[in-house]
Amino acid sequence: MTAPMLQIEALTKRFQTGGGFLKRPRAMLAVRDVSLAIAKGEVVGVVGESGCGKSTLARLVLRLLEPSSGRVILDGTDLTSLGPSALRAARKRMAMVFQDPYSSLDPRFSVADVLTEPFTVQRRPLPPGQIAEMLTAVGLPPEMASSHPHQLSGGQRQRVGIARALALRPEFVVLDEPTASLDVSIQAQIIDLLAGLRDQMGLTYLFISHDLGLVRYFCDRIVVMYLGAVVEILPTADAQPRHPYTRALIDSGFTPDPTRRRAIAPLSGEIPSPFDLPPGCAFAGRCPHATDRCRTERPVLDATMHPTACFHPL
Amino acid sequence: MSALLDLQNVSVAIGSAHLLDGVSLRLERGQTLGLVGESGSGKSLTAMAAMGLLPLIGGRVSAGTVRFDGQDLASLTDAQRRALRGRRIGFVTQNPMTALDPVQRIGAQIDVVSRLHLGLTKHAARARTLDLLTQLRIPEAAAVAEAWPHQLSGGMKQRIVIAMALAGDPELIVADEPTTALDVTVQAQIIQILAGLVREKGVALLLITHDMGVVAQICDRVAVLYAGRLAEEGPVAPIFAAPQHPYTAALINCIPQEGMARGTLRGIPGAVPSARQYPSGCRFHPRCVKATAECATHIPPLTQRGDGQAACLHLPEIAP
Ligand SMILES: Nc1ncnc2c1ncn2[C@@H]1O[C@H](COP(=O)(O)OP(=O)(O)OP(=O)(O)O)[C@@H](O)[C@H]1O
Ligand SMILES: Nc1ncnc2c1ncn2[C@@H]1O[C@H](COP(=O)(O)OP(=O)(O)OP(=O)(O)O)[C@@H](O)[C@H]1O
Ligand code: SF4
Ligand code: SF4
Ligand SMILES: [Mg+2]
Ligand SMILES: [Mg+2]
Repeated sequence: MTAPMLQIEALTKRFQTGGGFLKRPRAMLAVRDVSLAIAKGEVVGVVGESGCGKSTLARLVLRLLEPSSGRVILDGTDLTSLGPSALRAARKRMAMVFQDPYSSLDPRFSVADVLTEPFTVQRRPLPPGQIAEMLTAVGLPPEMASSHPHQLSGGQRQRVGIARALALRPEFVVLDEPTASLDVSIQAQIIDLLAGLRDQMGLTYLFISHDLGLVRYFCDRIVVMYLGAVVEILPTADAQPRHPYTRALIDSGFTPDPTRRRAIAPLSGEIPSPFDLPPGCAFAGRCPHATDRCRTERPVLDATMHPTACFHPL
Repeated sequence: MSALLDLQNVSVAIGSAHLLDGVSLRLERGQTLGLVGESGSGKSLTAMAAMGLLPLIGGRVSAGTVRFDGQDLASLTDAQRRALRGRRIGFVTQNPMTALDPVQRIGAQIDVVSRLHLGLTKHAARARTLDLLTQLRIPEAAAVAEAWPHQLSGGMKQRIVIAMALAGDPELIVADEPTTALDVTVQAQIIQILAGLVREKGVALLLITHDMGVVAQICDRVAVLYAGRLAEEGPVAPIFAAPQHPYTAALINCIPQEGMARGTLRGIPGAVPSARQYPSGCRFHPRCVKATAECATHIPPLTQRGDGQAACLHLPEIAP
């Protein structure tokens, strides 16, 4: 691997909630001590269930959110230490595509307005013909520039969201569940588009999803999160999992082949509250391999080619 | 044997909008029928028609018949139809929050179903409720019965809704995307529970889903809807082995599968048309890889194929 383009070091985000009249404020770690290096041109996937901290991690990486501790280093520059103007300059190199194409576009803006905005924010002139070129690049007809979001389908809106993210020719793009609210038929179109754009523009992606099948299809390496922490990093898309949680995620998928029917042994137990994590492994209450040690001691990622945080890896 | 649920040539309209056109389905006891199609294809409307619930949303069956256990739903009074739901048909909605009353304890909400439909006493109803919760693998059933909906996780709430659907001891369960809002590990759990009910209690399950994987794993038959019409219907194994309709084939190809090389996943170009702008001829023709000029002008008839049926002008030559 070449020198990393993006280096995430021990990122942690603590949220505090409640704390009104007679209420005790409660704190939780939405992202816990996450470290990761991403090489130029790589597609790194992040999977995990709802609330495990994927979006928080995405916002920390782009510094849309201040970390409680830890650093994000882009090509040697520590983003967490930059002042407002230096940060704005660095932001040109990074972009984000949001989860929900329905709420991420302002209904009062036309498509052309949406695509002009990044240039306004960066105080850069809009090159002539730029809007039509951007729309064509994401497979939309240039006439759509005058449309408003409510006139577009979900897939078209997400294409506009991608065009906006790529407007300033970023090098690094965070894709936060870009297809989660779309039909599978449209999801496949968008994934195809993203793959093509990556090749053409030499992009590097951090691709967030709760769908392990999709991530295994699209990504080079896969980070698996559970309750704020990384539990495993699959070094290749088809690597066999070592962590019991990753195994459970794979086993929860329904194979679209009726000749390969199998009984799914569903996980028992409930996901613990992030405000009240057990002292040991966060997965111990649902893990079929848990031992006493798992319930008292917290496993950390091992320093192997296939990092796993588990006392009894598969 | 007569089917438990039998829709023949059912068309549905709301006001002047013609939303479903000639849908035919059959579901036997102890069987699972998957109903699939992209968003807006008419899955929920088909389910509403099957349960006689269209009046609730201002809709009506404009042609065709819906039979439950041989009885034409149109010949029943409103009161008889209401009695059917809850008692003989249980309904599991997509969003458990809309099915649960936020200001009533969980147990009371389930009790009321068996008191109303099975005439159980307060005591017997609670015993039945606790029994159902235990069957659905809810730990500490007695404590959960005393809880309020907001105290439970999404997966737990969906199991409560299933318990409510089961409380009247129904013969048919209609589940409209019962797991869409849930995490994958919880989804797997809920689907297993539903499949278990079919296996162990012999109920019939009409399962609406957008996940062809779920269809392949637990359904006996599948019905594929596109733009308000039936594209294909039949037993699951031959349809996955050799889909007759290009739309069915396209839907199956949208799912990333293990070992698939990057760049080989094929979507379906374009998007589902809105009900007010259905294309002429075969409604799938603007998106179909096999479309010819004829497809834009001729409505494909439903044709028998093996033990199923498909509506396409260019069906493969040999039936499987
Ligand atoms: N601004 C905030 N204040 C307090 N808590 C927050 C805030 N943002 C997120 N959280 C909490 O942090 C945890 C992680 O949330 P996050 O949105 O990162 O999860 P996610 O993995 O993206 O989930 P999903 O798959 O549902 O999008 C959750 O428990 C969430 O409730
Ligand atoms: N109350 C209504 N009034 C007018 N049109 C409606 C109404 N309900 C549904 N429709 C239209 O009927 C068509 C079928 O809707 P339906 O809800 O059955 O789709 P669906 O297959 O269940 O989609 P989804 O996967 O999004 O739930 C859509 O075009 C929809 O816009
Ligand atoms: S550390 Fe123990 S409880 Fe945690 S995943 Fe590994 S075996 Fe399971
Ligand atoms: S009738 Fe024509 S357009 Fe319709 S599915 Fe068949 S080949 Fe495609
Ligand atoms: Mg998120
Ligand atoms: Mg629906």
